[in-house]
Amino acid sequence: MAAEEKYESHEYDVVVIGAGGAGLRAAIEASAQGVKTALVCKSLLGKAHTVMAEGGIAAALGNVYPEDNWKVHFRDTMRGEKLLNNWRMAQIHAQEAPERVLELEEWGALFDRTKEGLILQRDFGGHRYARLAHVGDRTGLEMIRTLQQHAVHKGIDVYMECAIQRLLKDGERICGAFGYWRESGKFILFKSKAVVLATGGGGKAWKITSNSWEYTGDGITLALDAGADLIDLEMVQFHPTGMVWPPSVRGILVTEGVRGDGGTLKNSQGKRFMFNYIPEFFKAETAETEREADAWYEDKKNRRTPDLLPRDEVARAINAEVKAGRGTPHGGVYLDIASRRPADYIKRRLPSMYHQFKELADVDITKEPMEVGPTCHYFMGGIRVAADTTTATVPGLFAAGEVAAGLHGANRLGGNSLSDLVVFGRRAGLYAAEYARAFTGSVTVDARQLHAIEQELLAPFTTQGGENPFALHTDLQECMQNLVGIIRIEAELKLALDKIANFRQRLRKVQVSDNRQYNPGWHMALDLYSMLTVSEAVTLSAIERKESRGGHTRDDYPKPDPKFGKVNVVVRKMKGQLNVAQRPLPEIPEELKKIIEVQQ
Amino acid sequence: MATRLVTMRVWRGDHAGGAFQAYRVPTEEGMVVLDVIHTIQRTQANDLAVRWNCKAGKCGSCSAEINGKPRLMCMTRMNLFRPGELIAVAPIKTFPLIRDLVTDVSFNYDKAKAVPAFKPKPKEPDGTRRMYQEDIDRGQEFHKCIECFLCQNVCHVIRDHEDNKKYFAGPRLFVRLAALEMHPLDTNDRRELLKEKAGLGFCNITKCCTEVCPEHIHITDNAIIPLKERVVDEYYDPLARLFRHARFF
Repeated sequence: MAAEEKYESHEYDVVVIGAGGAGLRAAIEASAQGVKTALVCKSLLGKAHTVMAEGGIAAALGNVYPEDNWKVHFRDTMRGEKLLNNWRMAQIHAQEAPERVLELEEWGALFDRTKEGLILQRDFGGHRYARLAHVGDRTGLEMIRTLQQHAVHKGIDVYMECAIQRLLKDGERICGAFGYWRESGKFILFKSKAVVLATGGGGKAWKITSNSWEYTGDGITLALDAGADLIDLEMVQFHPTGMVWPPSVRGILVTEGVRGDGGTLKNSQGKRFMFNYIPEFFKAETAETEREADAWYEDKKNRRTPDLLPRDEVARAINAEVKAGRGTPHGGVYLDIASRRPADYIKRRLPSMYHQFKELADVDITKEPMEVGPTCHYFMGGIRVAADTTTATVPGLFAAGEVAAGLHGANRLGGNSLSDLVVFGRRAGLYAAEYARAFTGSVTVDARQLHAIEQELLAPFTTQGGENPFALHTDLQECMQNLVGIIRIEAELKLALDKIANFRQRLRKVQVSDNRQYNPGWHMALDLYSMLTVSEAVTLSAIERKESRGGHTRDDYPKPDPKFGKVNVVVRKMKGQLNVAQRPLPEIPEELKKIIEVQQ
Repeated sequence: MATRLVTMRVWRGDHAGGAFQAYRVPTEEGMVVLDVIHTIQRTQANDLAVRWNCKAGKCGSCSAEINGKPRLMCMTRMNLFRPGELIAVAPIKTFPLIRDLVTDVSFNYDKAKAVPAFKPKPKEPDGTRRMYQEDIDRGQEFHKCIECFLCQNVCHVIRDHEDNKKYFAGPRLFVRLAALEMHPLDTNDRRELLKEKAGLGFCNITKCCTEVCPEHIHITDNAIIPLKERVVDEYYDPLARLFRHARFF
């Protein structure tokens, strides 16, 4: 029987998987290019992780500081992200971000305004000037809703609560995707000339995380299984400020905007400890005294407060303070804006933080400090792509947003993610459409391939192993949290690998109740496959990089090593095994090198 | 606080039928209803269907009726209930049930497709877009909507009268329409939709929607009533029609 008869089947030029900012922007662009486009997402439309982004979208609009331009943004990005970036992506990103932000406004977004009626910009960690276009502290919501409504009005076909499980190949090239409807559990086949992955990261493999259930590393796993290269997987960002109390909300994000708007970090002795953690690399541009730091909020000619050092520095500092016994009763540090800004200012600038602490922790942030600590937040690493076109190393496969790697090097700056989504989302849609148009052959799917996938996906219904998928997930989260966390060491990483191998054995025994309709147990069993793959890739990469840089800190190699500063760690699947290698970073052209080296 | 055992009754079933089932669950300080549902899912009923994403009140996925009240499960603290109080969690009623706590909310997405899109006026002579904060405050209030559809669920026009769904867009869509109508740059015409297809006239401003909004949007006062006034002006007051694009709030 032909595959089209057995399964619900659709044919497209471009299928975009994932409907956060990057996926939506990619679908809008592909559709605008006139190719037949589908947008497929695991959740309802408008619920993707982008909705949780708070602080803002970085773009050198120069509305608040006319001195700002793409070169300064480029410099901040390269330096803050520890020079491990793909320079070309950083350049494109800095150059195109303003255009993409203005485009959102053109599509109806309402950003906060300057007195002159232009888009207001706020301060954020690692950015020289106030650069983040924002809407209070719910910028992601504004962005996803604007893109969602624009996509709907363009008539793009959307498949909601539809989870893609495997990419399909015809020889070397991509020819489609196969997955299931969450609602019915029935399978669905997409035949497609090109596929854009925009599925985000895999932070749900950690216990303390700001990520939602969706963040199971699906796209990374799909690409790996399809033969694509991954890079920089060891670079996992722990956001310095997540909630720490009560336990059930541990990890939920507290926006960096709190510090951008005047909040400071303090230890249990009431001391602003960040002054003790200014690294050599940022000394020249960072304030040394509280007075100097506070003056910076008023006038950017002063040196910036160390509270807004890049995220990796702040997360490590908090970790060290807690370890030294200067933490709060619940194992975090204090983030205090109450004593520094008036209540109405806090409520206006940070309404959703006010709401979140009030409702979930009984804390009034206009009166009391917050308790915060690091939380697993973002994957800098992911699918290796060509800088200009977002093409992966497999023909017909494109990737944009968090699932793609290169832009954020070793440590993403806050605000650079939302801009990444629209800059490279657009490019992914554009080049996928171009690829699809140029493709003249027929799209053929091998029915036997589908039969084998179907058997694999249905296995949890017939297994007799008695393993609980949720219990396995909890064990994986404990493992990654304890052994592949902020501070790493070879022996623990190797132990994690052993454990992951054992979890893979247990995954074969996962058993779920016999019901395919909206069955979370079954869905978790399938998501575990991706989470284990991603966990293994991260751990292998972390072992390979024997230095400390950005989001990757090795206790046994505490300093950056110039040798490792010139390479990406690459992961590839060969004969069913994950292989790790090093690959030289693209050389930065002289004129751009000069921009990076300028002292500000 | 020490661990406390609670009994939670959760609706289990599909469109063919179902019943509340009681689960005994240990709870700890700070837990919300969604945590308890997850505990049940993890330890007692792997196949308990529930829709959720952010667990921080930002995505609007986990709407349910808790002791009869439409709420987000992730923002309903367990300490809201007295020790020993019966807690019952049911799916939202207005939309067709898929399974357990998950309903088919496609009605809302279909209605959204019918809204005439944002259509901005030309740019300023200097190539910029100028809008002033005081002119967008109201629009930003509407943009806070997280599409949890609790307002749609509680609106008696469709909650109690399935037939009305064809002619009525519901509070969520009125908030969306108001946001577009009050957008300082927008030029599109939605009068016909408002009066005819969206069924604005069905609303008799009982404010049920405003009461359940987790984002505290003043749906009735700030969105629906100004829209109603606008329709009246448009159709029955020629002078107001002339001044339509000036401002109306």
